[in-house]
Amino acid sequence: MALVDDRRNEMTFFQKVRNTNWFLIVLLFLTAGFGIAMLYSVAGGKMDPWASRQAVRFAVGASLMLFVAFVDIRIWLRLAYPLYAIGLVLLLIVEVMGEVGMGAQRWIDLGFFNLQPSEVMKIALVLALSRYFHGLNAEDVQRFRWLLIPIVMALVPAALVLVEPDLGTAILLFLGAGALFFAAGVLWWKFALVFVGALGAIPFVWDRLHLYQRERVLTLFNPERDPLGAGYQIMQSKIALGSGGLWGKGYLLGTQSHLNFLPEKHSDFIFTTLGEEFGLVGGLILLGLYTAILIYGFAVAFRARSQFGRLLAVGVTTTFFLYLFINIAMVMGLIPVVGVPLPLISWGGSAMVSILIGFGLVLSVYIHRDIPIPRRPGLDPT
Amino acid sequence: MKRDLNTHRTFTRRALLLGGAQAALVTGLAARMYYLQVIESEQYKLLADENRINLRLLPPPRGRVLDRTGVELANNQQNYRVVLIAEQADNVAQTLEALAELIPLDAYERAKVLREVKRRRSFVPVTVAENLTWEEFARVNVYAPDLPGIQPDIGETRAYPYGGKMAHVVGYVGAVSERDLTGDPLLELPGFRVGKSGIERTREEYLRGKAGVSRVEVNAFGRVIRELNRREGQPGEDLRLSLDAELQNHMMDLLGDESASAVVMDIHSGEVLGLASTPGFDPQAFNIGLTQQAWTDLTGDPRNPLMNKAIAGQYPPGSTFKMIVAMAALDAGLVSPEQKIFCSGHVDLGNQRFHCWKRTGHGNMEMLDAIEQSCDVYFYDIAKRVGIDRIAETARHFGLGVETGIEIPAERKGLMPTREWKKARTGEAWQQGETLVAGIGQGFVLITPLQLAVMTARIANGGFAVKPRLIMDSPESGETVTEPERMPIGRNALQLVVEAMRRVSNVPTGTAFAARIKDTSMALSGKTGTSQVRRITRAERENRVLRNDELPWEQRDHALFVAFAPTSAPRYAVSVVVEHGGSGSSAAAPLARDILIKVQELERAGRGSLATVRPQAEGRG
Repeated sequence: MALVDDRRNEMTFFQKVRNTNWFLIVLLFLTAGFGIAMLYSVAGGKMDPWASRQAVRFAVGASLMLFVAFVDIRIWLRLAYPLYAIGLVLLLIVEVMGEVGMGAQRWIDLGFFNLQPSEVMKIALVLALSRYFHGLNAEDVQRFRWLLIPIVMALVPAALVLVEPDLGTAILLFLGAGALFFAAGVLWWKFALVFVGALGAIPFVWDRLHLYQRERVLTLFNPERDPLGAGYQIMQSKIALGSGGLWGKGYLLGTQSHLNFLPEKHSDFIFTTLGEEFGLVGGLILLGLYTAILIYGFAVAFRARSQFGRLLAVGVTTTFFLYLFINIAMVMGLIPVVGVPLPLISWGGSAMVSILIGFGLVLSVYIHRDIPIPRRPGLDPT
Repeated sequence: MKRDLNTHRTFTRRALLLGGAQAALVTGLAARMYYLQVIESEQYKLLADENRINLRLLPPPRGRVLDRTGVELANNQQNYRVVLIAEQADNVAQTLEALAELIPLDAYERAKVLREVKRRRSFVPVTVAENLTWEEFARVNVYAPDLPGIQPDIGETRAYPYGGKMAHVVGYVGAVSERDLTGDPLLELPGFRVGKSGIERTREEYLRGKAGVSRVEVNAFGRVIRELNRREGQPGEDLRLSLDAELQNHMMDLLGDESASAVVMDIHSGEVLGLASTPGFDPQAFNIGLTQQAWTDLTGDPRNPLMNKAIAGQYPPGSTFKMIVAMAALDAGLVSPEQKIFCSGHVDLGNQRFHCWKRTGHGNMEMLDAIEQSCDVYFYDIAKRVGIDRIAETARHFGLGVETGIEIPAERKGLMPTREWKKARTGEAWQQGETLVAGIGQGFVLITPLQLAVMTARIANGGFAVKPRLIMDSPESGETVTEPERMPIGRNALQLVVEAMRRVSNVPTGTAFAARIKDTSMALSGKTGTSQVRRITRAERENRVLRNDELPWEQRDHALFVAFAPTSAPRYAVSVVVEHGGSGSSAAAPLARDILIKVQELERAGRGSLATVRPQAEGRG
């Protein structure tokens, strides 16, 4: 028994390397490579100012990912709550400094790096909720009193991010947490209740929205109502995509983006350049890469032996899905414009690193998939 | 253990649902992508091109205006200018100050440029200075490398080499105004100029040409990225006028500072060789844009430089009208040439007395004498017999009181009164006294100098209804010149009038003998006219009529003279009107003489088409 436990519980570095899901890593590299190529294009065929720096960030992020992957999954379980606490503190710091900064203060300047605490929180919240639900048994999950703590755990950071204001990330946190609640087995009717409650809250939320946010919602339904303001982005974005056609205008030949008709062409709206230059075919290839990553994420979850690993994998994968869905739906004019980057493609350091760290955790779940973890610390699983 | 199994089962079920939902949503994205990029693609492609492709018009060079010999009366000259591209300048204000050392550029102009720079996008060139001399332009070129953002540039501007000498005929160009807009997009180009008067205006479309188009790719800010293709326009066509630049120049110099006008035309073809109106004005000033002060000066000048007096000045013809009255009388058979009428210096009609210019009277007058010496009493008498309506009919045949249709704008048609006209106009009946006054070209009768020239031409060419024209050859007017029609005027009447005009300037008793041409091969035949501007009161008559030089300028008589030459084989008709110039014989006749000498000299020098003899012209008598 001890021998088996040794093999299972304490792995050598070599075992870990052999156990790693290299195919998922290849997919992530391919996607990020695609992103760097797009950043090269939107800069007019230059590595500066985006592509080269994005490549460096990806290298840093990928190293971190591998490091995270090789750290024992039980250590991540132990660190889940402390990391969540750090995330909360960082969000509060931003909140305080936000008064000093202009408009939306979302970053903490670390000198070499602008840290976006909301990105830290995306991972920390998944970790914390996974740990919490890992500790509950099937009956507890059904009981409302056991749900109070995770609800607060999810709502506090979401609210902090919302007042930054960063509606996109707030939605991401809220929906990501919801997915974890769902996967953990919270009863159906409770989700229905939340849904009805959310519908009822719409007028209240509408009042609280910033003017520009309301504009975005209104222009979604009728982009032409404000062709120079809020509607401009979405109009130009659809023009870029639509004019790409089936095969696209060719790499580096997208007129919409190169002639600056597209705003935010390197960050949130980069998918439009991709669609313009590579057409439907290019867009479907990217969607295919994403889908493959999602399938691998879920596959990792199904293979994991611990509830913590399963929830963690599903949580990270779903957060990744939310990124890509919200971003692509937004640029295609399906939902209002909210600030959510296209994962692994958009220019931006924090999101890239947080996604890679998230997949580091998923890989860690995979590498340590057979390690059983007791529901409560100290208790051995039987 | 069982609980954990439950948890695991629930998780698997829920995760599958979650994954399924995600798969469905990703499929939704793919469907939307298909909708945008395949089904709606064409529409978006169009929108993308609308975004990025701009049409830029390429203004065509304007056609030149030439005189009959090919001398340029209006052409396009290089406009040396300096433009500023703000984004290339480190400090616009500093650059402008440095530039002001090289070319005249005062603080006001610099401030104007700065304002303009702020309004435009930084890559749009802003004009700093225009119409620089070559020296100034060269200086800017030399220092340009030290003046970041400054760019020497060569544009095109309309130029008039003869300045004010041709301005009334050639006209000028100016900025496009609201009413010039015809839908031609060229007109909406900033800085575009259109003809505002003269030939420049009436032949605008012909001179303008057709715009070329350059399709350029622009970015979201309107910056031109590259030219996709270009279709050259069609330059405006050159236009050749019947005017002779040297003659016109000479005429303008002759008229000098007077408020006067003169017209020279070919009596057979109707080609106008000279059409002078003084004072002139600088057409270039309108192109650049007049200052308020310059405009006030031009419009406030009592000698009215902006008016083309040759076609728009309306004057009582005075005695130059007597040929018309004579022909009307002869044609009606009411007077025979030999019939004598006694001039005592005045005639009485009712309680009104009508004076002859010669207070002592001319004695017995035949028609030739009466024209030669310009006896007023003779014409009072025959006018009374003929009646105003017959006089008016004859006058119309000779082009008086009707528009000549010359190809420049603002022509006036003068006034040839009839009974009907007066009734309609004033509601009162025609008075016989008014016929008498009209008989010597006073009263209601008004003519333009051009009409006088036309009248003279029609007399001299043997009664052909020649029409004046200014344009030599253009598709519009070139081949449509038809043989003028013979007018319903008796040959005898015409011959008598021609002979009378010969005598006016060739026999010592003639009113214009002093202004004769001594070289008989060039001799002129003419008729003087002096038209009264003020009313002479009875008291003044009884005391002493003031001489013209005792009167203020605007009350002096207009001096008129019409003539043709050479007397032996008439070819050129001329009319001269000097506003408030005094008597026709002293103020107008010498000018007409000089003009006729000049035109005949030019012909002898074999200048251009003046020397060409027209066969159809020779055929007529």
